[in-house]
Amino acid sequence: MLSYTVRRLLSAIPTLFIIITLAFFMIRLAPGGPFDLERPLPEQIMQNLRAIYHLDEPLVVQYGLYLKSLLAGNLGPSFVYRDFTVAELIASGLPVSIQFGGSALLLALIFGSILGSIAALKQNSRTDYTIMGGAMIGITIPNFVTAPLLSLVLGVYLGWLPAGGWGEGAIENKILPIVTLALPQLAIIARLTRGSMIEVLRSNHIRTARAKGLPERIVIFRHGLRAALPPVVSYLGPATAALLTGSVVVETIFGVPGVGRYFVQGALNRDYTLVMGTVVLIALFIVVFNLLVDLIYGFLDPKVRYD
Amino acid sequence: MSEAARMPPAAATPAPDPAEAVLEVTGLNTRFATPDGEVRAVNDVNFTVARGETVGVVGESGSGKSQVFMSVMGLLASNGNATGRVRFQGQDILGMAASKLNRIRGSRMSMIFQDPMTSLNPFLTVARQMTEVLVQHKGMGERDALKRSVEMLDLVRIPEAARRVTMYPHEFSGGMRQRVMVAMALLCQPDLLIADEPTTALDVTVQAQILDLMQTLKREFSTSIVLITHDLGVIAGLADRVMVMYGGSVVEEGGVRDIFYDPQHPYSAGLLQSMPRLAAGRAERLVSIPGQPPNLQRLPPGCPFRPRCPHAFDPCETDDPALRPIGPGRAKACHLDAMP
Repeated sequence: MLSYTVRRLLSAIPTLFIIITLAFFMIRLAPGGPFDLERPLPEQIMQNLRAIYHLDEPLVVQYGLYLKSLLAGNLGPSFVYRDFTVAELIASGLPVSIQFGGSALLLALIFGSILGSIAALKQNSRTDYTIMGGAMIGITIPNFVTAPLLSLVLGVYLGWLPAGGWGEGAIENKILPIVTLALPQLAIIARLTRGSMIEVLRSNHIRTARAKGLPERIVIFRHGLRAALPPVVSYLGPATAALLTGSVVVETIFGVPGVGRYFVQGALNRDYTLVMGTVVLIALFIVVFNLLVDLIYGFLDPKVRYD
Repeated sequence: MSEAARMPPAAATPAPDPAEAVLEVTGLNTRFATPDGEVRAVNDVNFTVARGETVGVVGESGSGKSQVFMSVMGLLASNGNATGRVRFQGQDILGMAASKLNRIRGSRMSMIFQDPMTSLNPFLTVARQMTEVLVQHKGMGERDALKRSVEMLDLVRIPEAARRVTMYPHEFSGGMRQRVMVAMALLCQPDLLIADEPTTALDVTVQAQILDLMQTLKREFSTSIVLITHDLGVIAGLADRVMVMYGGSVVEEGGVRDIFYDPQHPYSAGLLQSMPRLAAGRAERLVSIPGQPPNLQRLPPGCPFRPRCPHAFDPCETDDPALRPIGPGRAKACHLDAMP
C-alpha cells in the first residue's frame, strides 16, 4: 500500500504541473494587471513596480522564474496585500477554513447518511418523500440565498444567533456559516446514501443476513451501511477538497477569515501570485483527498488490492 | 446426472413419523402488489414436513416454489403479503414480528439460497459472518463461536478451515461458498433446513459434491430438509417425498418413487418426460412441455395447466381442480381419474 501511495503521489506531479501551467497563463491573459488602479500610477512608479516583480520580462521567463521559486517551496509575495507573502496569507486563512469546512463536512456526513438510510428503509413512504423533498431543496437553493435567509430569520428576526461576523471564532458565530456550508453537502450525501442503500437492501447477502435471524440493527449497520458507503466515499474526495479550501460566498457573507475569499479577491485584483497559490493549494487538496478516498475504499472493500 | 443417480433408492430412509410435524403450512396464499396489478404467487398451499423427512419441491421458474418458503421464513419482498397459517414446531410464525421470528430463523430453521456468489456478504470475512450467528442465537463469545465455526467448516469438508475462515468470500470458489452457506445454516443445528436451488448455480461435479454433503447431513443430523429445485435428478437422490408445483399451487404430491414411476398429474408426467436421458438414442429429440407457464397476474379460470395439457377435457375449462387424495400419502389436483 505504501508503494501504491508513493506511485499515486508521483503520478500527481504531471497533473499539478499542467494545472499550474494553465492557471499561470490564463490569469496573465486576462486584461489588466495588479497595479492598474482607478487613478493610474505615475509611469515611473509603474515601471519600477513591474521591474521588482519581473513583470517587464517576457511571459516565458516569468513562468520559468515562478516554477523555480515554486520548486524552492516559495509561493512568492502577494502583489496586492503588500508586506504579506502568499504563504503567510494562506497560513492565516487555512486553519480557519479547515476547521470551518471540516465541521460542515462532519455535520453533512453524519446527518446525510442517517437521513439517507432512514429514507431508504422507509422507501416510498411519507418519511422518504419528506427527506428527499428537503434534500432536493437543499441541493437546488444556492448558498447565497440560504446564507442571508438563515442570517435574517435566525439572526435578525429571532435573535437566536449572531447574524454575521466571526467574533474571534466564538461557537455561536460559527453555527450559521457551518450550517449554511453543510446543507447542500448534507442533501447530496443523503440522496447518495439513500440510492445506494436501497440497492444494497435488495441484495442477496442482506436476505441471507435476515435469514440468519440477525436483528434489524445489525442487518442495517453491519451488513447494509458498509456495502452502501463506497459511492458516498467517492463523492467525499472532491467534496472535502472543496469544503476545506473554503467557500467564497459563505466566507464573505458571514465574514469568515478563511482562504476561500483570497481566491476570488486574488483573481479580481489580478494578484497573480495569490491566485497561483490558491490554485496550487486546491489542486493539492484534490489530489490528496482522491488518494485518501482510494485508500479508504481498500478498507471498505476487501476485493480492492493495491498492486 | 447419470442413470443411476436418477433412480430413487430402493429402500427408503426410515419412515418419518408424520405425527411429529416440524412444519405445517395451511391455506398459504402469497400476493405481491405490483404497479400492473396483484401477482398471485402462491395459491392455497397446504403441506407438512415431518421430523427427519426430506421433501422435494419441484416446479419451473415462477411456479411459486421459492415464494412459499420465503413466506415461511418471513423474507418476502416489501410488496409481498402472505396469509394463511404456518406452524413451526407447533408455533404460529406467519406474520410474527421480525424480532420474535429472529429467535427461530437461523437457529431452529435456516435457509440456503441459489446463488452462493452473491449470498455471502462480500465485505465481511467468513469468520465474522459465521460467528455472528452463534453470538446472536447461542450467546457464545467470539472465541468459542470461531472454534465452532471452524469445526463446522471442517464438517462440510472445507480444506484448511482454520486458515480459510479468516478469508473473504471472494477468495472462495462457487462450490466452496455454497459449502460455507451450508455450514453457516447448520451452525445452530436447526430442525429444518430449507435449501432453495442449492446446486443450480454450480457446475455438475460441484453439484454432486454438495448433494453428497446434504445426503450426509440428512443421515447424521436427522435434520428435516426442504429441497426446492427444478432439477428432478436432485430430488431423486435425496427426497423422501415430492411436491410438484405449478402456477402457484401444489398439483401433485407423493412418495419419491410414486412420482417418478407413476406420475398421476399430466404436468408431473411432462416434467419427467422432458428430462434428458443418456441411454436414449442420438436421434431422439429432447421432449418439452409446449406453451408457457401461466401469468400469475391473470390466472385463467379452470385448471392453470389446461392450455398446455395434452389430456384437457371439458371440466378443465371452468373448474380449477382441488388437490384430492388418490392413495396413501398421494394427492393430485387434476380432473382425470387416471393417467391415460
